[in-house]
Amino acid sequence: MIVAGIDVGSLTAKCALLKDRELVAYRVIKVSPNLEETAEKVFCETLEKAGIRREEVEKIVATGYGRNKVSFADKKVTEISCHAKGAIFFIPTARTVIDIGGQDSKVISISNGKVAEFVMNDKCAAGTGRFLEVMANALGVKVEELGDIAERAKKATRISSTCTVFAESEVISHLASGEKVEDIVAGIHEAIASRIVAMAQRVRIVPDVVLTGGVAKNKAMKKALEEKIGFEIKIPPEPQIVGAVGAALFALA
Amino acid sequence: MTLKKLRASDRMKQLMGGYYMMGKQAEVNAWVTSGAPVELLYAMDIYPVYPENHGALIGAAKQGPYFSDFAEKKGFSRDLCSYARCDIGCVYAGTSPIGGLPEPNFLFACNNICNTVIKWYQVLSRIFKVPLFVLDTPFVRKELKESYVRYVHDQLYEFVDFVERVTGRELSDSKLRETLAKSVEGVNAYADVLHMAKHKPSPLTCFDAFINMAPIVCLRGTEYPIEFYAEMKKELMERVERGEGAVENEEVRLLWDNIPVWYRLRWFAEFFAERDACLVADTYTNAWTGFISMDKSDVFWSMAETYTFIYLNIGLEHMAEAINRLINYYDVDGVVIHSNRSCKPYSFGQYEIQKMIDVPSVVIEADMVDSRAFSEAQVETRLEAFLEMLK
Repeated sequence: MIVAGIDVGSLTAKCALLKDRELVAYRVIKVSPNLEETAEKVFCETLEKAGIRREEVEKIVATGYGRNKVSFADKKVTEISCHAKGAIFFIPTARTVIDIGGQDSKVISISNGKVAEFVMNDKCAAGTGRFLEVMANALGVKVEELGDIAERAKKATRISSTCTVFAESEVISHLASGEKVEDIVAGIHEAIASRIVAMAQRVRIVPDVVLTGGVAKNKAMKKALEEKIGFEIKIPPEPQIVGAVGAALFALA
Repeated sequence: MTLKKLRASDRMKQLMGGYYMMGKQAEVNAWVTSGAPVELLYAMDIYPVYPENHGALIGAAKQGPYFSDFAEKKGFSRDLCSYARCDIGCVYAGTSPIGGLPEPNFLFACNNICNTVIKWYQVLSRIFKVPLFVLDTPFVRKELKESYVRYVHDQLYEFVDFVERVTGRELSDSKLRETLAKSVEGVNAYADVLHMAKHKPSPLTCFDAFINMAPIVCLRGTEYPIEFYAEMKKELMERVERGEGAVENEEVRLLWDNIPVWYRLRWFAEFFAERDACLVADTYTNAWTGFISMDKSDVFWSMAETYTFIYLNIGLEHMAEAINRLINYYDVDGVVIHSNRSCKPYSFGQYEIQKMIDVPSVVIEADMVDSRAFSEAQVETRLEAFLEMLK
């Protein structure tokens, strides 16, 4: 049975195709203002990549912030349930999932293979991928480079503002006062990590802890989180598509 | 999606329409907080005006940001309670969705619901140049000590002196006892209505309770709530006899915590009904259901006890206990916790309470009147995920 999971997030859209519990293809694209079109596009591109015809896909589940805009989906499931399911698929021993997405971050606690508890950030970009993007922009570097830059840091410059907007001005004033870019970047990672860990502590953090979402590709972020949590963090081979895979697994069920 | 409507809601509109009309003709009126012992006012034929109810009305009319702006322009912070902002905003605007409230002869604030009311009413006192009485109720962290009750009890006597001085009227003991008896009767009739949600499926949702709560808040101590809630109970009983639920296929039973999101009441009601979930009860309306004691020999003592030991004036352990009682009584599967940007005493400690209650819960962030603090996609995702988790 071939199924698809489509995860339309705030910054990227992901699609995963599964053939009987086996991942056959996936795609990640940038989201355009038209979510409906974005969903269609990521689905078609994934089908093409897999060499599968649309009619062969028996069921489609949509998830993510734009899930209700995927009109061709058979079912909609929230990203919380999907990330939990997807994380277990990649790492069966997962008990806690930390997902850092474009505009939100969440911590999910799993027991008996199901969501037992979850927390999400609210109306604030601090502790999300967006925070990193704004800071990368202020520093004039690419967001993908942040992890490598942080590794060169000798110390972490303290970023005391929680608010993304205020933190941005803080970063600019640190630059003006001669702080090194790498130290500021390390400070930014610490700031996000402490924000997320504060949120995570509202649920029980039990190992294995799995980090998902695009930000999981950033090594410095993983390290900063590990230091604060005190557990090793596992990262699935493709952290960005965990939600889409989870959605596809719901389609199988 | 069409929501089921109760006939009671139409009668409630008439009743409250009448209540607001009464205000325009009242000889003496006082602006009071929702947790103040209104019985003393009704016993002296003083019309109570409820800025908080007015705030809820503004919220339901989706006019919160508009009236709040009038206060914000004067320098009141957006972090301030939106009931306070809208109330003060309406005074500056000189109007409201119901043409503004009648000017007060005096003000009566009881800080058993929060301490914002003290500053809020001081502002009103300066604007209207009328006297203010603050009834100070000590916060009950653990037990309700006799010294607390005595302190409040003595202030109630001072309050009567204050009102007699301001109005030149005299409080009659028998009239007060009569008013208190009606208050108890009204509160019991109201509790009977809420208790109907014990039935499965529940004949009412907390949204029905919210919509129809104004009479017990504003008219407590008069005949009106007694009749109104008795009638409402009959209507609910009809549903129970037919085996009819407020929500078509009641699959999940939930409890709501905190003040409703007034400008989204319908949205929430539909959201849950569409997903076969029924919010059978809430901590807010249940706050008006009890008199601890009604000792006939010293009614002032009873009032002091009742008005000190109210939901927002007690420690977290007491609050969690109260929630667990509701969970157990209404047999709910989960709790939806509204972290209300406006109401600090209600929202403080909710993450601790989550750990102290017997069923799973979810926190959503919003505001009771200020729609600028509401994000639909975020609330929707949290609630959907919560229902997925429970089902």
